[in-house]
Amino acid sequence: MPFIPHTEEDVEKMLQAIGAKSIDDLFDEIPADLRAQGLTQVPPGLSEMEIGRLMSARAAQDGQPLVFAGAGAYEHHIPAAVWEIATRGEFYSAYTPYQAEASQGTLQLLYEFQTMMANLTAMEVSNASLYDGASALGEAALMAVRANRKSKSRRLLIPRTVNPVYRKVAHTIVKNQGITLEELDYDREGGYIDPASLPSEPGDFTALVIPQPNFFGVLEEVDALTDWAHSHGALVIGVVNPTAMALISAPGEWGEMGADIAIGEGQPLGAPLSSGGPYFGFMTCRKEHVRQMPGRIIGKTEDLDGKVGYALTLQAREQHIRRSKATSNICTNQGLLTTAATLYMSIMGIEGLEKVAATSHDNTVKLMNKLEAVKAVERIFNRPVFHEAVIKLSSPLSEIQTAMADAGIVAGYDLGQDYPELENCLLVCATETKTDSDLDAYVETLTRVTT
Amino acid sequence: MLIFERSHEGRSNTAQILRNDVEVTDIPAGLRRKQRAVLPAVSELQAVRHYTGLSQKNFSIDTHFYPLGSCTMKYNPRGSNKYAMLPGFLARHPHAPEQMSQGFLASMYDLQEMLKDVTGMKEVSLAPMAGAQGEFAGMAMIRAYHDSRGDDARSEVLVPDAAHGTNPATAVMCGYKVKEIPTDAQGDVDLEALKQAVGPQTAGIMLTNPSTLGVFERRITEIARIVHEAGGLLYYDGANLNAILGKVKPGDMGFDVIHMNLHKTFSTPHGGGGPGAGPVGVSERLIPFLPIPMVAKEGDKYRFLTEKDRPQSMGRLSAFAGNAGILLRAYIYARMLGREGMIRVSEYSTLNANYMMARLKQEGFHMAYPERRATHEFILTLKKEAKETGVIAMDYAKRLLDFGHHAPTTYFPLLVPECLLIEPTETEDMETLDSFVETMVKIRAEADADPDMVKGAPYTLPVKRLDDVKAARELNLKWSPDTE
Repeated sequence: MPFIPHTEEDVEKMLQAIGAKSIDDLFDEIPADLRAQGLTQVPPGLSEMEIGRLMSARAAQDGQPLVFAGAGAYEHHIPAAVWEIATRGEFYSAYTPYQAEASQGTLQLLYEFQTMMANLTAMEVSNASLYDGASALGEAALMAVRANRKSKSRRLLIPRTVNPVYRKVAHTIVKNQGITLEELDYDREGGYIDPASLPSEPGDFTALVIPQPNFFGVLEEVDALTDWAHSHGALVIGVVNPTAMALISAPGEWGEMGADIAIGEGQPLGAPLSSGGPYFGFMTCRKEHVRQMPGRIIGKTEDLDGKVGYALTLQAREQHIRRSKATSNICTNQGLLTTAATLYMSIMGIEGLEKVAATSHDNTVKLMNKLEAVKAVERIFNRPVFHEAVIKLSSPLSEIQTAMADAGIVAGYDLGQDYPELENCLLVCATETKTDSDLDAYVETLTRVTT
Repeated sequence: MLIFERSHEGRSNTAQILRNDVEVTDIPAGLRRKQRAVLPAVSELQAVRHYTGLSQKNFSIDTHFYPLGSCTMKYNPRGSNKYAMLPGFLARHPHAPEQMSQGFLASMYDLQEMLKDVTGMKEVSLAPMAGAQGEFAGMAMIRAYHDSRGDDARSEVLVPDAAHGTNPATAVMCGYKVKEIPTDAQGDVDLEALKQAVGPQTAGIMLTNPSTLGVFERRITEIARIVHEAGGLLYYDGANLNAILGKVKPGDMGFDVIHMNLHKTFSTPHGGGGPGAGPVGVSERLIPFLPIPMVAKEGDKYRFLTEKDRPQSMGRLSAFAGNAGILLRAYIYARMLGREGMIRVSEYSTLNANYMMARLKQEGFHMAYPERRATHEFILTLKKEAKETGVIAMDYAKRLLDFGHHAPTTYFPLLVPECLLIEPTETEDMETLDSFVETMVKIRAEADADPDMVKGAPYTLPVKRLDDVKAARELNLKWSPDTE
């Protein structure tokens, strides 16, 4: 019996102690007409060896392609120690640290994680993570409505340069509470929000969302956008890539005052691509808004002897205490992924992270330069980018992507799916994992399939 | 000691720092980082030793009995982790074309089919990333369903008073008001109160069955009839699915939508507080509203269903396809169990809980519902003991830690005073259960002899009892060099 230790003798003794004749008797409070008639779609059990064979075959079936897609998930090298330590049973099989004294490992790690994320985004405080970047944006929108004391508005402005799936997810999360996300269009030449195009009388709004870099890889004029939002009494929610934070200005540094809330996808910090999850969302903010923050938060405290320890804090915000008045229904965080991220940041250090950011950026720039020689390719958007860029192809993209896939290359992300005006436009990213010959393989294959 | 306190400026991990010379010249100075972020500057060995050391300060399933009620802390098979972390799965980009994704998609499709079977629901979406997100998806579907019929005056969701806190919080996130329904003396929903509460304003009811009181709601069919007749829908919180796996199907009880906690019932890692996975299953009428993406099989090919296929979907919940790697672990676990193994999960978790309950009763402890069968968990109340000695449930919980047992869930559900919610799970052996019972007897004797000693517990852990009030009052949420 898989994972069940009972011997026949145990079962007999246990039933005797209970005073029941059979295990089935223990279900006698369930009305007879509700009892299931067995399972038909679940196959018979497999040994670990057999399931190992099956999964190995399926994993191999999907191959190990050269990945040039980013669009929110980035292939970075992960030091071997990260997952060796993160999957230690003491981290892997523990739960939410409700019993603080028996969870000091997880709690101290999360306190260190909060410090690292606050530092990376140049913000004052961090929570212990949310599900992923997209849902973090939804939570940030709800938080901004609660936190902005100057505005009673339930309207947020969100540029179309924000990841389109993030916009969809955020809409799903906020729409039933009467909160609207109003889109701001972008400049077609630059692929960014031109601060000069912002309305002088935008009406009452509670927050402006600013992506950096934006979904096209293009860098936004964050200082001007931040100051514009603040001048209208709105908060600023930064949506940032954590790798980029090693090189480009962090939300806490934006404009005169800095952003109010920063969120993003934590995946680049030690989580494998893994088909899109599990990843983790991070959220940092100004200290004055911490009571409006969703999710677990760890604080430093002392024990009876005055010894330093760590505990869940500000729990009065949360569902298990506040029930219907909680800041969010969120219960778990993405503990295992924050463990990996904390290890990743500790092992890489800021120097390592800067090198990853610079090399990823450099590889993408090199690839764009090499692609200039390909006839079917045109670079679009003339503004500075970080480690991702957009090219336009002269023939239908779906055929090109299929042909590239046949050659073992994930060519990029098809922007036409979300932006009708960007038909046949491909969002391409080459991280530090790519060598010069990988870049050449991309260029050669693209040349071949477009001629 | 914090990792930052082990840092030395200038120390770095050369094995992890790329050897190329690279200078970024095309990003204008105004957009560059102004002040370098502080991260630890330690050697790889220092980091490995530091975090290995931290791990050893945790209780976990791999190291301790962890009978945390309503959380199903059972053994997380290593095989599930190993095969979900095969290089082919880890390397798959979420936007990889479907032609490069058939192995992954086949596993997701198979998992959907198995979950349909065990829950008796018509279709399943794997999209939600945790139980609470599954709840949100479920209630948002109920709302989308009513709205699609122009039945948009339904403003209220019914929630039993014993419910998990996520239930009312979720209903509010979906724009509903919450009305609590009381529980009767036997732990069942108070039917009279329910009949009074339903009406044209009722959007639905959120129920956990077996309930958080550790008993099976016997009149579920009657509840379903009352709510359905009022035009409301039934939401099933799958927190306690472990208790009935293969024995009863929520679909047969009349539920319209359910969420499952794969990190509980399908033994994916709790990871120190996540990631979870909270797939949702629905009855016929809610199929169009399921969250996307889902996986469809056409001939012998698999593909994602998107907005184009499901225009009425309640929407997307994550940037990609949910916690894919966790879903793979659940799939591997489900295949190892197989159909016979799934039924054994509920049988042996129920056997273990009833055995512990019987033994504790024998030893003179008081159960919240002594006349009822335990499901996979049960509630012990220390009200009498607390009154006699002043040693409360929290003190028992802390003292249990000294004896090497993780504490059960304390003070939940809120309506049973001084309670411990105990869930042993099916993967524990009889000796471990006996040892927990003997420890409880020992602690009670200690409480009689020296209550202050018990109230000072724990004594053997890295820290003694922590000051939660100080943590909240003097907020210190990150390390900084100036304050140390």
